Amino acid sequence: MLFELIVSFLILFGAAFVLLGSLGLAKLPSFFMRLHGPTKASTLGVGSILLASAVYFSSRGSLSVHEILILVFLFLTAPISALLMARAGMHRELSGDNPRHDSAGKPPENNEPPSP
Amino acid sequence: MIHVSLGIALVLIVIAMGLATYRLFKGPDPADRVLALDTMSINGIALLIALGIWFETSINFEAALLIAVLGFITTVALSKYLIRGDIVE
Repeated sequence: MLFELIVSFLILFGAAFVLLGSLGLAKLPSFFMRLHGPTKASTLGVGSILLASAVYFSSRGSLSVHEILILVFLFLTAPISALLMARAGMHRELSGDNPRHDSAGKPPENNEPPSP
Repeated sequence: MIHVSLGIALVLIVIAMGLATYRLFKGPDPADRVLALDTMSINGIALLIALGIWFETSINFEAALLIAVLGFITTVALSKYLIRGDIVE
């Protein structure tokens, strides 16, 4: 009963955070804001679901540690991929006030700054 | 109780997959598409693990581990390609 409660809570928590990360990916206006959602919230959500799986399979007999392996790997690699994607975004000059990348996602009509 | 919360969680993760697919097709810049692919691999891991609890099999862990490794390598390679225009120098 206690195991069921813990597993259910961890699964719902993780799924909610996975959804939040993808919602941030879909809704936020610029690339560097969008980078925050999947790299932090989704990683926490997947870690919570993996922990739920570990608790569930450990409560049904033998100890199960496969999921901890995936969890450690994900938590190690998520910052590295986030850093590389941020560097790619910086290299392509996708900052928020760049007219090449406005919130509507369409390039503006002319790239020249307005003349004084 | 676990099956009810697993059903809700599967629906939420599938909605998250749909949002990442939307960003993958819409994304104004290739960097956005790389980010959407990375998110889709993470969501795929979550979906596989949740289905593994649902069907009570432990065979999905290997697939999830493979997706984790390949997703990371894909993200690194695509980001290097966007930065340098070349992967192996």
